[in-house]
Amino acid sequence: MSWLMPHGSSTFVGDIDWLYYLILWVTGIAFVFVEVMLIVFLFRYRARKGRKATYYHGNTRFEIIWTSVTAVVVVVIGILSAGGWNNIKGHDSIPANALSLAVHAKQFEWLITYPGADTTLGSADDFQVRGQLHLMVNQPVAAMLTSEDAIHSFFIPAFRIKQDAVPGMNIRVWFQPTEIGEYELGCAELCGLGHYRMRATVSVHSKEDYEKWLRGRAALAATK
Amino acid sequence: MKRLLICGLFFAVAACGGKTEGGDAAAGAPAGDASAAPTTALGGGSVTGHVKFDGAAPTNPTIDMAGEAVCQGKYTSAPLDPVIMVANGMLGNVVVYVKSGLPAGQTYAVPNDAVEIDQQGCLYHPRALAIMVGQKLIIKNNDAVLHNIKAVPTKNRPFNISQPTAGMTTTRTFTTAEDDVPVECNVHGWMHSNIMVLPHPFFAVSAADGSFSIKGLPAGTYEIEARHTKLGSKLMTVTVAGDAAATADFAFSASGA
Amino acid sequence: MATTAGQLDGLTIESGHAHAEAQSFVRKYIFSTDHKIIGIQFLLMSLLFLLLGGVLAMVIRWQLGFPSQPMPGGGVLPETMAPGGVVLPEFYTSLVTMHGTFMVFFAIMPLLVGVFGNYLIPLKIGAPDMAFPRINMASFWIAVPAGFLMLAGFFVEGGHASAGWTSYAPLSARPDLTGVSMGQILWCVSLIVLGLSSILGSFNYITTIVNMRAPGMHWMRLPLSIWCLFVTAILVLLAMPILSGAIIMLLFDQTLGTHFFAPAQGGQPLLWQHLFWFFGHPEVYILILPGMGVASDIIANASRKPVFGYTSMVVAILGIGVLGWVVWGHHMFMSGMNPTLGTTFMISTMFIAVPSAIKVFNWLGTMWMGNIRFHVPMLHSIAFVSMFVIGGLSGVFMASTPVDIYIHDTYFIVAHLHYVLFGGSLFAIFAAITYWYPKMFGRLMNPFWGRVHFYLTLIFYNFVFFPMHNLGLKGHMRRIYDPNEYEFLKGLQGLNTFISISAFILFTVQLIFAANFIMSWYKGEKASANPWEDNGLEWTVPSPPPHGNFATIPHVYRGPYEYSSPLVTEDFLPQNRELPGDSSPAGHHS
Repeated sequence: MSWLMPHGSSTFVGDIDWLYYLILWVTGIAFVFVEVMLIVFLFRYRARKGRKATYYHGNTRFEIIWTSVTAVVVVVIGILSAGGWNNIKGHDSIPANALSLAVHAKQFEWLITYPGADTTLGSADDFQVRGQLHLMVNQPVAAMLTSEDAIHSFFIPAFRIKQDAVPGMNIRVWFQPTEIGEYELGCAELCGLGHYRMRATVSVHSKEDYEKWLRGRAALAATK
Repeated sequence: MKRLLICGLFFAVAACGGKTEGGDAAAGAPAGDASAAPTTALGGGSVTGHVKFDGAAPTNPTIDMAGEAVCQGKYTSAPLDPVIMVANGMLGNVVVYVKSGLPAGQTYAVPNDAVEIDQQGCLYHPRALAIMVGQKLIIKNNDAVLHNIKAVPTKNRPFNISQPTAGMTTTRTFTTAEDDVPVECNVHGWMHSNIMVLPHPFFAVSAADGSFSIKGLPAGTYEIEARHTKLGSKLMTVTVAGDAAATADFAFSASGA
Repeated sequence: MATTAGQLDGLTIESGHAHAEAQSFVRKYIFSTDHKIIGIQFLLMSLLFLLLGGVLAMVIRWQLGFPSQPMPGGGVLPETMAPGGVVLPEFYTSLVTMHGTFMVFFAIMPLLVGVFGNYLIPLKIGAPDMAFPRINMASFWIAVPAGFLMLAGFFVEGGHASAGWTSYAPLSARPDLTGVSMGQILWCVSLIVLGLSSILGSFNYITTIVNMRAPGMHWMRLPLSIWCLFVTAILVLLAMPILSGAIIMLLFDQTLGTHFFAPAQGGQPLLWQHLFWFFGHPEVYILILPGMGVASDIIANASRKPVFGYTSMVVAILGIGVLGWVVWGHHMFMSGMNPTLGTTFMISTMFIAVPSAIKVFNWLGTMWMGNIRFHVPMLHSIAFVSMFVIGGLSGVFMASTPVDIYIHDTYFIVAHLHYVLFGGSLFAIFAAITYWYPKMFGRLMNPFWGRVHFYLTLIFYNFVFFPMHNLGLKGHMRRIYDPNEYEFLKGLQGLNTFISISAFILFTVQLIFAANFIMSWYKGEKASANPWEDNGLEWTVPSPPPHGNFATIPHVYRGPYEYSSPLVTEDFLPQNRELPGDSSPAGHHS
């Protein structure tokens, strides 16, 4: 039962994982501190014959101290979080060289439209693949999320990315895979009976393998 | 005021009564029970024939089943979606039925045997079917994966049920005649089938070799329609004399009607 | 008993029911206007729903622990739910929906607000009953059909609502997406009716606390349980109408062809989320504040010591009440709303940790240098504090928007909400029921079995919910029927099975509490007026109190937590006990 984040393979690991561990340490220390104090008090101040409680209403100075410390700690965590949030979800955060994809969610599948060799979405060489996300390592990708029916959520744990796909909205989500390998995309918003199975494979290829795949797909499209 | 309340209560109770039919519509199978209204006996005549396809058979779309290894493994080559099922110039999956000509006011017994739709290799078999109002539709899952069967009729009550394991069967019936009830699986978006619900038992679906046979027709003159989900429909007038077998052959082509 | 309840500000208060003869059984126990009976009615109804919500959880845990295996006893369920005892995916989605719905709306909320609001408020402020006893009765009897409507959903075609207890549109508005139509309608209507019940209750509570405090019961002498119930009632009054409004819109989308949430016709799915969570976040404070209040009362009593920092406790309660309105967007960080809102809601959410932290430190401060008695209500209150701390700390993770990207809609959230709702609210409920049981029924619950129930619950509860943090950390999503569909979750089956088995044991252990509750009613040790040696006004009248509560209106001379006061030899000093040197209270307004 580990408290470690599973291995991540995108640039967002740098924005998220350290924050998680910071909060883990801070809350861990607070947890130990409070629970140990609780147990110590319960033991030390248990009722025994001849003892009396101390008639004491409080100590404003202590209260101010621990309230301020708490407030400062949480506000600092908030401030430290703002940068990563902006980097991942901010309007201007998408790199200029990001490859565009269209990810269309529907009950219960992910339909991904690739821009083809001309890297422009909406042109004649676009093709759609069901349930397979193919990416090139170290290439940022900006996916336009749409949904046909219910709200779905685009979740690739290995890339630390999650974004709801809302019917009627076009929502851009970007990420940059950093390691070649096979990962999984799952739906993270209840969308009906097949929600648990709304899965896609995510394949991050080297540049050569990605281009080979692209050519193979283009050839397939040409035969239709 | 009191009267209004009582009427309202009556209305509410009546409305509620209609809703709680229970989950499985087939449990009671009330419509079309032979024991209900008196039905007309079936005749001895029949209409048989073939459905041809003129011209080159169009290529059916290939299905990418990469996301469902269990189904993909059942095929040796890339599976095709049999939208237009042509073999040796003959067209299958055409619903052939009596469009008009039956004596008015007659009702016919619901056939005892059920119509089956099977999920096999992540495809519906058959891709087109016809069923009578009240006749049992048995939905089978022969794949060891989750399928959901979503029927979206407009006149009948829609349903959306799942069959997560192989061997599951579910039964449904339809209560109203309807030209086209599309059926789809949302887990496998390429899976489609169409059901035609008829008020009488005089229909057939052409087999892979194009042959069909509508039995039990009383003597008379009928308008027979052959309908394909994508290629349109063809009409023909056929006279059935006594216990004879009348013939009707249809031809479709890629250009449609 | 007396037909007038005394003089308040020159007004003669009728006890609301001028009768000298005995009432019929029906008027006394069924259609009663006595707040104590109404409180007990809510208690019995809510405990039944708590049990039902628990049963639903057991089915959920069966499916997760033993995926697609036939459930023992599952054969009784119809084919549409579990053919051959194997839970169907669509039934699973309605299970998670209804577990949440029953627990939030029909168990925890009525247990805290309906039961203890009703029972404690008049008694603890020195009033003979609520300001509006007949409206109080209506509040309960309106909740009952709401309960039936919600239960009815299991019996209709298409099954019960299955879009989550949060009922996000468009999934909830479109039967073609779920296969559910009547069930969702019943869900909507039931909650609208229940909302009415809650609203009626809340303005009764507010009016009673503002206007009917006994002479000398200044605002700053109110027990913290009453402060919490007061702020909770204000939250209920303001938040429930929003939910009702949203649900009416959803109902219209489903039945009348409106398009509030349908994008194709210009509606906005996100509108549902904003409305729901604008209600939903105050709702979660409604679900915890009364628990915090009773914990304060019980911890002070058990420690034989005044509450540490009473004034800041009150400020914290008010702070939670106010801040609770400006954090709702933290449920929507991933929703697609403007990311700038993400940052603003993160800051407000970080701030709301502070009043809760104040309360935790003050509970510890109350125990510090106390003379602690470990009666069963105190055991539960200790668990409340320690488990709520875990729940609150886990909230910091999700408040940080980047971390929330990862853990949103995973079991990390499920762990968090169960730590605050079970670890927090439910332990507080066990504490409160055990504490006020003798006042309600005139007998004490069995303390030995109370301890057995407590320890077993605490242990197995943590076995069930603590590992869920780790499931979430691995990316295990919420509301999924079978995680084994994903390679990255396949290794977690062992943990899921462990959680499920612990959950079955946890549920079974609750039968001890149920048995204790039932059997103590006629076999429990008879209770005196003040078995816990508490300072509250309710402990100055017999157990159970007579109709009208107080023979004469009490006069209050001090706050509720004067334990171990140097003024007396006993280690407690009731609020209404007059000591030489106490000045007579001049009237009931502060």
